[in-house]
Amino acid sequence: MVAEFLQFLFSGLTVGATYALAALGFAIIYNSSRVINFAQGEFIMLGGMSAVALTGLGIPLSVAIVLAIAVAGAVGALIEKFAIEPAGRADVVPLIIITIGASLVVRGLVQVVLGKGTHALGAFSGEKPFVIAGATLLPQSLWVMGVATLVVAALGWFFGYTRLGKAMLATSHNTLAAELVGINTRSVLLLSFVLSGALGAVGGILLAPITYTSYDVGIMLGLKGFVAATLGGLGSGMGAVVGGLLLGVLEAMTAGYISSAYKDAMPFVLILLVLFFMPNGLFGAKTIDRV
Amino acid sequence: MNKLSSSTLGLLVLAAVLLCLPLVLPNTFYYDVAIRIAINAVVAIGLNLLIGYTGQISLGHAGFFGLGAYASAILTSRYGWPSALALVAAASAIALLALLVARPVLRLKGHYLAMATLGLGIIIMIVLTNESAFTGGPDGLAVPALVLFGWEVSGEKSWYAVCAVALLLMAWTAINLINAPGGRSLQAIHGSEIAAFAVGVDVTAMKIRVFVLSAVIASVMGSLSAHYVGFITPGIAGFHHSIELVTMVVLGGMASVFGSIVGAVLLTLLPQFLSTLEGWETVAFGLVLMASMIFLPKGVVPTLRARLRRGAA
Amino acid sequence: MKLLEVTSLSKVFGGLHAVQDMSFDVRQGAVHSLIGPNGAGKTTLINLITGMYTPTSGQVAFESQDITGLAPQKLPGRGMARTFQNLQVCMNMSAVENVMVGAHLRQNTGLLAGLLSLPRLRAADRACRAEALEAMAQVGVAAFADAHASQMPYGALKRLEIARALMTRPRMVLMDEPAAGLNPTETAEVGQLIRRLADQGLTVLLVEHDMPLVMRVSNTITVLNYGKKLAEGTPQEMRSHPEVIAAYLGADIEEPSPARTEPEKALA
Repeated sequence: MVAEFLQFLFSGLTVGATYALAALGFAIIYNSSRVINFAQGEFIMLGGMSAVALTGLGIPLSVAIVLAIAVAGAVGALIEKFAIEPAGRADVVPLIIITIGASLVVRGLVQVVLGKGTHALGAFSGEKPFVIAGATLLPQSLWVMGVATLVVAALGWFFGYTRLGKAMLATSHNTLAAELVGINTRSVLLLSFVLSGALGAVGGILLAPITYTSYDVGIMLGLKGFVAATLGGLGSGMGAVVGGLLLGVLEAMTAGYISSAYKDAMPFVLILLVLFFMPNGLFGAKTIDRV
Repeated sequence: MNKLSSSTLGLLVLAAVLLCLPLVLPNTFYYDVAIRIAINAVVAIGLNLLIGYTGQISLGHAGFFGLGAYASAILTSRYGWPSALALVAAASAIALLALLVARPVLRLKGHYLAMATLGLGIIIMIVLTNESAFTGGPDGLAVPALVLFGWEVSGEKSWYAVCAVALLLMAWTAINLINAPGGRSLQAIHGSEIAAFAVGVDVTAMKIRVFVLSAVIASVMGSLSAHYVGFITPGIAGFHHSIELVTMVVLGGMASVFGSIVGAVLLTLLPQFLSTLEGWETVAFGLVLMASMIFLPKGVVPTLRARLRRGAA
Repeated sequence: MKLLEVTSLSKVFGGLHAVQDMSFDVRQGAVHSLIGPNGAGKTTLINLITGMYTPTSGQVAFESQDITGLAPQKLPGRGMARTFQNLQVCMNMSAVENVMVGAHLRQNTGLLAGLLSLPRLRAADRACRAEALEAMAQVGVAAFADAHASQMPYGALKRLEIARALMTRPRMVLMDEPAAGLNPTETAEVGQLIRRLADQGLTVLLVEHDMPLVMRVSNTITVLNYGKKLAEGTPQEMRSHPEVIAAYLGADIEEPSPARTEPEKALA
């Protein structure tokens, strides 16, 4: 009983860590531009697929990982330059369509170059699972959770204690004011896309040894990352992390205790319930209309 | 030319085009495309009432379309219901579902509303995929023919007639609504909810009503589409289809009935053109979506209208 | 006859007493103005009366009926209309349509009826359009009869809102800074409009910063400061009221120097 619960908890936290990273990516971009980047999921896919492709070319894993993250970051920059910037001050729905279009381009290109097959990335430190209280825990899971924690901590330090990070936060609170004090909000926007791309890729690379990867994993992962971000309250960094982990665990519990067929529906049922009772998410700020 | 007479002219042109098209359509394939366009156009007009005129968002509308399709399919093939009755029953059931979810969903704004409608659509698709005992699951479900008042609708010409009438009816009634007090109140909600409150509009109730209306329209066309194609799979309720529908509305022109028709034409023809690109369809489709939103953010018809107005000035 | 009765109205936001124990009455047919320095609580008070905020305590009665905390969309039906400090015009509609929306409660706004465009509906709508054009003429924007709201200048839009409010056939209109952002000519026209409407029997509750306008059009003035009633009376009485003068001079650092030497002129 306990073993079973722990099992689900471990797998939930593992996948939840990826959701958390994706949700953070959403939050960072949303904060600097009010854009919901539907291409976020493709960053996750790019991380895993690039790593696979690069190691397939004989490049050692550690180098491949760094390059894969760089690729995703670069794609993020490209999306910002060629999809978001030209859009200017577009409305919510056209912007959503633009980022969906961008996600299709990325996905389509990967499909053309790398095909439709499923690939696995080698586990970072072996595949012999640990056994804790009767539940198995893959070493890769520890990598996922450990690296994700490090990344979140690093981001916390970045936004809280570095000038650039604070500049990004300032832009998210009030773009005009940030510009007036000399912050280059254009650069902040570009950086936020690069950062989100890298974040997504890290999640994808970490997860690839466990869940395999293919050209279309981005869709669901992205949508669930969006759910996690909304769950925590769009724009809240802590909310994104909590939302991601919560989502992963609840999804695993649903798969384990209720039905694995409906595991994918769980995030969306959850978000509907949350939004019905808390229209601004768990940590989101209430918006006030001034008349 | 005031808005009313330009709309009447548009309707006449539409009727003329629909009447004359069979004279130039060379074979079944072209009829098929025309029928699909008509079905998409009706759904798009219904969706436009919700997102273009009333200013709401729905990223899950294909869910209602799919539910209508599956309800009709299951009732006719599994329970032997007459297709007309099944269609009405399906629409009523979807109306009820829409009513149930509308109140909590429409309290949300912006991205949260987008998320909620997105979630709804995906849940519907997952249910349709998983309940294979009823729905045939991912392998799909065969659908018997449509029988309207004793007449079995079969063959491309009959289906074209049905869909053309449906499109004309939808366009005419939608234009009526826009110029009626109800339609004006809907647009006021989009323009300024606070102003709408100030003149006594029950904003929540009206949002719910237009939501249900657009859901029912999607359901009816879903049912018709199911009978027409004769075979359905859960994908018709999926995210991709929802995005296609929203793009039809946005690209054609929000708050423009004829815009939705143009959008339906463009988005239905697009896959046909892209299929020649073998393997690159996804990339091309993505590029088209991006380009159209970047260069024509107001949509085709409103942009044309503005150009003509500037030209005349 | 007292059309509007506000009794001991209070609103507390967290620790801030935005409005404290406010009481005043608006006589039927009068132009009653609410003035006070920025932050005095005028707009909060209006929002309390019109149901946008729920009072922490106190009552509001309109035509002797309790309307405390009544939702905003219920007020037009009771005979109360309002215009907004931050323009709330529907830029996605034409000028006439904006005004026609004011008749919402009197019209058949059912979706089904609209879809079918029944003859009776169309006839009623034609009458409504004529009435809207009249209202636009009444407020002085008849020139924009064929215009789209997005094409209209700011001053015209402010008056369009008044036309829309009039379409609800109210017995009282609350105007929140109708002259804000208008040049002196436009302000004078708004003043004349308000007096015209009052002379026709409409009661006006006016929130305004423009002192000359307030002094010209008002029958009664209530002065607010820090959420409390400071003074109340006719324009003449307020002009020379020492506490009112002090409140304005004390709060308004940008007031030009003549006000320091000739306080009465500051309120002239």
